[in-house]
Amino acid sequence: MHLRGQSYSLLIIFFSVLILFTSCSGGDYIGEVNVYSHRHYPVDQQIFSAFTEQTGIRVNVVSASADELITKLELEGSRSPADILITVDAGRLEKAKQSNLLQPISSEELEKRVPSEFMDTDKQWFAFTYRARAIAYSIDRVQPEEVTDYEDLALPHFADRVVMRPSEHTYNQSLVASILAHSGAEKTANWCRGLTENFSRAPRGNDRDQLKAVAAGQGDITICNTYYVAKLAESAQAAEREVVNKVRILFPNQDNRGTHINISGAGLTRYAPNKEEAILLLEYLLSDEVQTKLSVENHEYPVIEGIELSPFLKEWGTFKIDTLPLYKLGKYNEEAVRIIDQCGWM
Amino acid sequence: MRLDVISNKDQISTIKRGLYWRLFRVVNPWTIFAFICAVLIATPLITILYYLIEGPSDTWHHLAETVLLNYVVNSVILVFGVSAISLLLGVSTAWLVSTTRFYGRKFFEWALILPLAVPTYIVAIAYVGIFDYTGPLQSLSRSLGFEFGPNFFEIVNLQGVMVIMSFVLYPYVYVLARAWFANQSTTLLESGRMLGSSATRTFFTLALPVARPAIVAGLSLVIMEVLNDYGAVKYFGVNTLTTGIFRSWFSLGDISAAIYMCGVLMLLVFLILGLEKWQRGKAKYTENRGSGKPLQRYEPTKTRKILITIWCSIPLLVGFIFPVSQLISWTIYSPQSLLDSSFIRLVVNSFSLAAVVSVLGIAVALLLIYSIKLYPFWLMRILGRFSTLGYSIPGAVIAVGIMIPLLYLDKGLTVWLENTLNMNLGLLLSGTLVGLVFAYIVRFLAVGYYPLESSFKKTSDSLLGASRVLGVAPARTLSKIYLPMVKTGIFSGALLLFVDVLKELPLTLIMRPFNFNTLATRAFELASDEMVAEAAAPALVIILTGIIPIILLSKLVSRKN
Repeated sequence: MHLRGQSYSLLIIFFSVLILFTSCSGGDYIGEVNVYSHRHYPVDQQIFSAFTEQTGIRVNVVSASADELITKLELEGSRSPADILITVDAGRLEKAKQSNLLQPISSEELEKRVPSEFMDTDKQWFAFTYRARAIAYSIDRVQPEEVTDYEDLALPHFADRVVMRPSEHTYNQSLVASILAHSGAEKTANWCRGLTENFSRAPRGNDRDQLKAVAAGQGDITICNTYYVAKLAESAQAAEREVVNKVRILFPNQDNRGTHINISGAGLTRYAPNKEEAILLLEYLLSDEVQTKLSVENHEYPVIEGIELSPFLKEWGTFKIDTLPLYKLGKYNEEAVRIIDQCGWM
Repeated sequence: MRLDVISNKDQISTIKRGLYWRLFRVVNPWTIFAFICAVLIATPLITILYYLIEGPSDTWHHLAETVLLNYVVNSVILVFGVSAISLLLGVSTAWLVSTTRFYGRKFFEWALILPLAVPTYIVAIAYVGIFDYTGPLQSLSRSLGFEFGPNFFEIVNLQGVMVIMSFVLYPYVYVLARAWFANQSTTLLESGRMLGSSATRTFFTLALPVARPAIVAGLSLVIMEVLNDYGAVKYFGVNTLTTGIFRSWFSLGDISAAIYMCGVLMLLVFLILGLEKWQRGKAKYTENRGSGKPLQRYEPTKTRKILITIWCSIPLLVGFIFPVSQLISWTIYSPQSLLDSSFIRLVVNSFSLAAVVSVLGIAVALLLIYSIKLYPFWLMRILGRFSTLGYSIPGAVIAVGIMIPLLYLDKGLTVWLENTLNMNLGLLLSGTLVGLVFAYIVRFLAVGYYPLESSFKKTSDSLLGASRVLGVAPARTLSKIYLPMVKTGIFSGALLLFVDVLKELPLTLIMRPFNFNTLATRAFELASDEMVAEAAAPALVIILTGIIPIILLSKLVSRKN
């Protein structure tokens, strides 16, 4: 008898938790929009909350890497709940477009605001910020005249001095794709091989880890996105702030094609069940308010002119941008990955 | 057969009834249930076999030519390295704790299990933090003015992850070896001592060979965990077959290549299981219950006692205290993450998910074990073993093997619903909690099954016969007679299931639904997104929950003693 009473109360607790758990999805919203996002910055959550406050539209976010999200979209097909795909890489948006996962965005507002180089030719996706993939080197151990281009990192001069993030990350794949688009397969393979031979340690960690490794002396030079430098400089930990004083940022290839940039971009999914709400959110991403927030708080370059820049972006100044059409990063991705694998850059 | 014998009508009907009865003995709700369980649990393996037969894709050829060898070599090195270190740690501490007197022996007896509460990927995250350029170790050495080479603190590599995994997984060996040393070998060891054998000699010539099955069983659990791991190796940038599965599916978008990767991984698993079976050979080990008297423990010298205490504290410090302290300091560093509403949501999500799985899992295990008890013929026993196979299949393989058939099923289901009922409910199985819960049960059924089975073994079979003679239906016998008797088994099985679900990472990463995070996935994501300090709070919740069953179960064990 005793056990029965106990197990009943257990069952009751169990089901009430279950009900509580499933009822969490309720609430007073006039609509919702589902976002698949590769961006997981705290600032994004603030932006979505502000959007919900202004419009009454709830924003649901699934965060994962772009590759995972694209696979998810493919598997779900026409049943997909997703409305918007956000990635940190133009190559992945292009891949989604080529896989028939996106649809044209019909919004005059977007056409008016987004510069043409940041908009897909079929208006299926656009960039809302861009980031520069710069070279960072040790102030103590590398002289400014030693390096000017990405290509220099593959020279024997830097043997056993380069640290890099794993090739698996889209930032590196798109960098290789951009070199491939400019210089062809043979030169790219040579560059990759030279770079890989120059590694002073096996690739691991993220961009911040590479900066720390340069500061710690595990390598002298690396390639990283600029906003990571700013984030380290703003860190709550003194040791992290210290890292920034030991590295210098260089925008490479200024005398030729320009520094490789990549974007944070968004596309409207092909079977978006909440298309209107989705377009409202996409337009909101381009509002002055959001653009300023992304620049000032996340140190990304806004795509819209005349937006206030973060102090770091101001300090680094303007630079020549590689004008390679962004969709080519997607077009050349597969070949780039094959080259990378063959070179043994893990 | 002579036909004239059964010409009599009555005889025919008797034989018919006999046949029906025999058929009913084989085909009835209980056996059908066991059969369905086994088939469902075999789904991932069937899917993988089916796709393997279809032939490889181009991407697979590319992978096989370039990176596959590296994945296999890394996986194999990890398996051997972790096995060696955890054997050393697990067997030595188990032996010392159960046969020798030293300072803090009672404390170490249970504390040495603690690392089991910490998932490997969380320890990995903590150690990267500890050894980081900006971490406590390097900051301290810099402020003290010590100069080390730049690679002195480098642990993020294959050897690093190997050592870290060993210090977290050795308790599997420790627990099983200690149980044997403590309970089974009293008479044997005392005979050895009486014959004048030294402690070392007794250990190597008597205890070790006889304890081998227990040690190898623990070791095979360690190996399964190594092959299952995704988080730690991924975080350390070490490419193994598990990360290969993720890469083929998500990065290269090729399901078929992912399945081939699963195939290679399963081959490795079966190879290891086969090795374990082979080493056991035909040898049978009798379960010696001991003389009932506690073992007379060795009394070493004072210096030796101190050395032994130091030796036993190393695995505890490295596997538990250091990483947990790092996590605590991170949490103190960013306490706002604890009060966050999304954090509470995360805890509720994970706990209710784990509760659902442990209740369902235990229910399935209970019915399975009971139906085998009711109909104990060979096929049922095989079905029972089959149903617990999931524990030896890596989570990523299970996820891939379940996602594919679920998607097919879903497509059919939604089309049917739309055509006949005009309803669009979206995907019902894949990418929903239903799919995730199913996958967890496939993966972890064994965790609930074995404690429950051993509880059942202690009950008498005559109870079943007695209640049958009295005309009580099997279901009623189960709820009235057996349920109260196997309470402990149910409780400990459910608890272990709960903790395992809470810790699970790779399977959850692949199968979790829209907008859904568990403590494990969130901790891993935050750490991968360079927000390690914020990952500490969810990680600590997992660890604290994991400690509860360890303490309860070790109390249970000591109460038995």
